Amino acid sequence: MNVAVVGIGIHPFGRFEGVSGLQMGAQATRLALADAGMQWTDVQIAFGGSLGVVLTDSRDDAMADALVTELGLTGLPFVNVVNGCATAGTALLMAAIAIESGTADVALAVGFDKHPRGHFNADPGVYGLPQWYGEAGMFVTTQFFAMKLNRYMHEHGISENTLAKVAAKAFRNGAKNPNAWRRKPFTEEEILASRMVNHPLTQYMFCSPDEGAAAVVLCRADKARQFTDRPVFLKAAALRTRRFGTFEVFSPWLAHEQTPAPTADAAAAAFEQAGIGPGDVDVSQIQDSESGAEIIHMAETGLCEHGEQDELIQRGATEIDGELPINTDGGLLANGEPIGASGMRQIYENVLQLRGDAGERQVPRQPWVGFTQVYGAPGLSACTVMTR
Amino acid sequence: MSQRTVPTPIDETIATWSADDFRLVGGRCQQCATVTFPRLDGCPKCGSDDTRALELSQQGTLWTWTTQEFQPKRPYVGRHEQEPFTPYLLGYVELEEGVKVEARLVDCDTQSVHIGMPMELTRFDFQTADERGAVAMFAFRPCAPMLEVQA
Repeated sequence: MNVAVVGIGIHPFGRFEGVSGLQMGAQATRLALADAGMQWTDVQIAFGGSLGVVLTDSRDDAMADALVTELGLTGLPFVNVVNGCATAGTALLMAAIAIESGTADVALAVGFDKHPRGHFNADPGVYGLPQWYGEAGMFVTTQFFAMKLNRYMHEHGISENTLAKVAAKAFRNGAKNPNAWRRKPFTEEEILASRMVNHPLTQYMFCSPDEGAAAVVLCRADKARQFTDRPVFLKAAALRTRRFGTFEVFSPWLAHEQTPAPTADAAAAAFEQAGIGPGDVDVSQIQDSESGAEIIHMAETGLCEHGEQDELIQRGATEIDGELPINTDGGLLANGEPIGASGMRQIYENVLQLRGDAGERQVPRQPWVGFTQVYGAPGLSACTVMTR
Repeated sequence: MSQRTVPTPIDETIATWSADDFRLVGGRCQQCATVTFPRLDGCPKCGSDDTRALELSQQGTLWTWTTQEFQPKRPYVGRHEQEPFTPYLLGYVELEEGVKVEARLVDCDTQSVHIGMPMELTRFDFQTADERGAVAMFAFRPCAPMLEVQA
């Protein structure tokens, strides 16, 4: 891809009484534009993600293109993106494709959400599923993560202490991130002793839905230096959905045959497009809906081999100063998951890291290659590779 | 609240609901033999629209499991009069046809349940908080010989 990131903006993640998701999205957009030295009128096409509009119990959720009423009615093409847990990743991909195709020289990708407390819920019909599946108590995302992890631990020898270590790292990194929601470190003992949610996952091993927004301004790579002296290049962005035989959230049944997850497909496609291998990655932001998801996604993305995670995590390889830094901003565990914004937060963090602007949580040795991955309902993944 | 001794099935189409021969009803693709649960109009493997109902075997092996330890939001309709919420188990049971069916697990607990455990189909009265009061729901339980060993 010949696309550059020239502006990034974020509204902190957490709980913000009296502030709408739309307002957060507008603020993140204004910050991204300011970072790029641009005006809203410079944006030629925009893709906005907000998933709240299709979730149950949504309150004041807005379609993303309502942002134009805050930012200016310029007449630009604005596309609302609703694509499950890859909503933000999809908005970014579409914006990049718009530039690649020559449709626009400058594009905005923005995402926001303001989710109610507690686990995500929706009408099973939204996912093409029968009502009985939800009525009987099997239509809960957290159950899927626990069951995929339980099987994975059985096959690959991941210890419960390693689950706690992943969460402890997330909260420790979150404490260094002023935009994070959970900024209090927890010990591994506290994490293991917290309330069991879905065996083997305890409360502090799970992320929670929350509120937030993030925005990214993209432009043609050859024009990047008009806007910034420190461009970050989006070398690849890929989106993949589940194939037959994968194990996905919201599955009343699974096939006998087992197929690599959509994360594996999306990551492989992104690395191929970038011409960069997972071994070249200096910093990664990957989907840690819960501790186990980070562990499984480490291998599905190719950052390590299946079964290698226990040893890597136990010796600190995924810490900020380790050889494989993962979720340096605290990930979903410390930031929560406003779905429309979550993948854009990952981009924001990697751009900070590649610019060398991540402050207290800066990965040492001037990282060159950043990788992001989101995964979720209804079984899809989006990945990016960026370089300085 | 309904006082029926035999509750209405949670869904008529997903099982035979026969007292003599209670079986889940899945679907089988007539083109590529893929088995699904429940039956789908189209085959998710080959895309054919030629699928037919198939009664599934009653025994299988536990492939993975977890617990549900907080009360799910709607569309869950379970009735829980006791505080705190009574956790339940669920998992995927791989049947002889190869399909792995997600189900509530009964007659076992976190101490006895394990991956690879032989399981068999059963039905239970699922207490609901809605006007139905209770519905008939399918579940899997450890196979009888294992219960004897534990007893």
